Amino acid sequence: MVAIPGKTIAEKILSAHSGTDAHAGDIVVADVDFVMGQDGTSPLAIRALERMGVDRVFDPAKVALVIDHSAPSPLEGVSALHTVMREFGKRTGATVYDIGCGVCHQLIPENGHVVPGDLMVGCDSHTCTYGALNVFSTGVGSTDGAAAMASGKLWFKVPETMRVTYTGELKPGVFSKDLILYLAGQIGADGATYMALEFDGPVIEALSVDARMTISNMAIEVGAKAGLMRADAKTLAWYEGRGERKPNPVDPDPDARYAREIEIDASSVGPQVAKPHSVDNVSPVEEVEGTPIQQGYLGTCTNGRLEDLAIAASILKGRRVHPDVRFIVAPASRRILLDAIEAGYVQTLVEAGAALVTPGCGPCVGTHNGVPSDGENVISTANRNFKGRMGNSNAFIYLGSPATVAASVIEGKITDPRRYLG
Amino acid sequence: MATIRAKAFKYGDDINTDYIISGKYKFKSTDMEAMAVHAMEDLDPHYYEKVKPEGGILVAGKNFGMGSSREQAPLVLIHSNTKAVLAKSFARIFFRNAINTGLPVVECDTDRIDDGDELEIDLEGGVVRDLTKGIEIPFAPLPPVMAQLLADGGLVEHFKKHGGFAL
Repeated sequence: MVAIPGKTIAEKILSAHSGTDAHAGDIVVADVDFVMGQDGTSPLAIRALERMGVDRVFDPAKVALVIDHSAPSPLEGVSALHTVMREFGKRTGATVYDIGCGVCHQLIPENGHVVPGDLMVGCDSHTCTYGALNVFSTGVGSTDGAAAMASGKLWFKVPETMRVTYTGELKPGVFSKDLILYLAGQIGADGATYMALEFDGPVIEALSVDARMTISNMAIEVGAKAGLMRADAKTLAWYEGRGERKPNPVDPDPDARYAREIEIDASSVGPQVAKPHSVDNVSPVEEVEGTPIQQGYLGTCTNGRLEDLAIAASILKGRRVHPDVRFIVAPASRRILLDAIEAGYVQTLVEAGAALVTPGCGPCVGTHNGVPSDGENVISTANRNFKGRMGNSNAFIYLGSPATVAASVIEGKITDPRRYLG
Repeated sequence: MATIRAKAFKYGDDINTDYIISGKYKFKSTDMEAMAVHAMEDLDPHYYEKVKPEGGILVAGKNFGMGSSREQAPLVLIHSNTKAVLAKSFARIFFRNAINTGLPVVECDTDRIDDGDELEIDLEGGVVRDLTKGIEIPFAPLPPVMAQLLADGGLVEHFKKHGGFAL
């Protein structure tokens, strides 16, 4: 007798949505629970739908377009594309989140569009963020997105899964961003290509939902298709008051088969920094301490949530941003901005010298709101530091946690945040 | 389309979609012909002017097309007269986007190919011929689902033909 191995989270969700007994390597056509596009990708998806001869979406309640990458519009060409999106929303009934609402990867879960156990696709590579909420969510291109908007279906290759277990506990001054940067440094930018990741262990359990999303967000930076976590009591509590859909948590089977299993002792991980020009070019903060910086950026789908603003505010409280540094802050959504105002974080950050910009993606993708100058160094909480990413190929981008960014903008050079504890 | 012949333009590992088309251009327009001028710009400012006149085959190392999901990446390559991409491995979103938009992508050993080599790709026969060096590099055919999408002329044409997924 051959024992049939159990299934990973990815295999279970793709089985349930395709009505098949799916295992890694199988190709399935599956029903998707939600489809999303942003302003860099939706116009091409709308064009693909036109070419398909389709003038509706499969279910207007399950499609959203988000204007976040260049919001508010810096150019007339962008304005024209935004108009195309707004008109599509009016025509089809799909939701359009306009400028100021925030970053797509905050808005989709924040508004309860996806719940644990769902399968969703988004025309943006960081769609993997909702894996932290037990959603199999993955980035696709505009034409795949258009096919999903038209039919409510898409084809998937069921991925193998790499399991990453974080043991031990986080030391003071170390955050979930450091954990995922450390993993990128260990396995490289293509370390999990074509695979799903499953993150688990006591350290993940101890993290807030905000902090977990930072980890799943960067699954794509090691090539992964999804960055999945189990749904626990914290996940379910997070969904209170976020819509009417019922979560359907999916756990991996105890005998699930993994392509690779990695264990990382979080107790031994300190603050990490990804150096120019790749996300896997990671070193402990000590090795880059003292590197002068001219700009700091706190925000993005990686680290623009309330907890991130709280961490930065706790370090900047009663201090000043270095006079030679521009510090740009973009909360990930309007909801977060309002909560941060109420909690006093906005006051603290702005008093310290931060320039607050509209919730959205801007500086991270080089569209506007903070393009660095030639030869400048930037320390950012974003997820990518490719050459030219922020709009200038002669600038240098370093990635770190909100704490590392906050400490660095005070000193005008990359700084170990542990100097600012307590 | 079964055989593609053009000169190799060789680059390295981990070429991301920001290099293929920078975010600062891709959010402005859907005019791919205009945007193609900036293809690969941050890595090689002369890519477009080198490849456009006679066409070329982009040859790379591992993990080609990593990063952003932008479909503008395969589209600007097509519009810059890039006939195909050969790489040791591809990032998955780029790979899907290339098939969906009709850009042939081939996973094969690219170590022995040098910049400027004359290449011939036999897509059906599963072999790349380096005519400059006189060597043949075999490759595995596309998975059947992708081969069917490419044969139909991309995902849009597949949908028009079948009224939805027929895989």
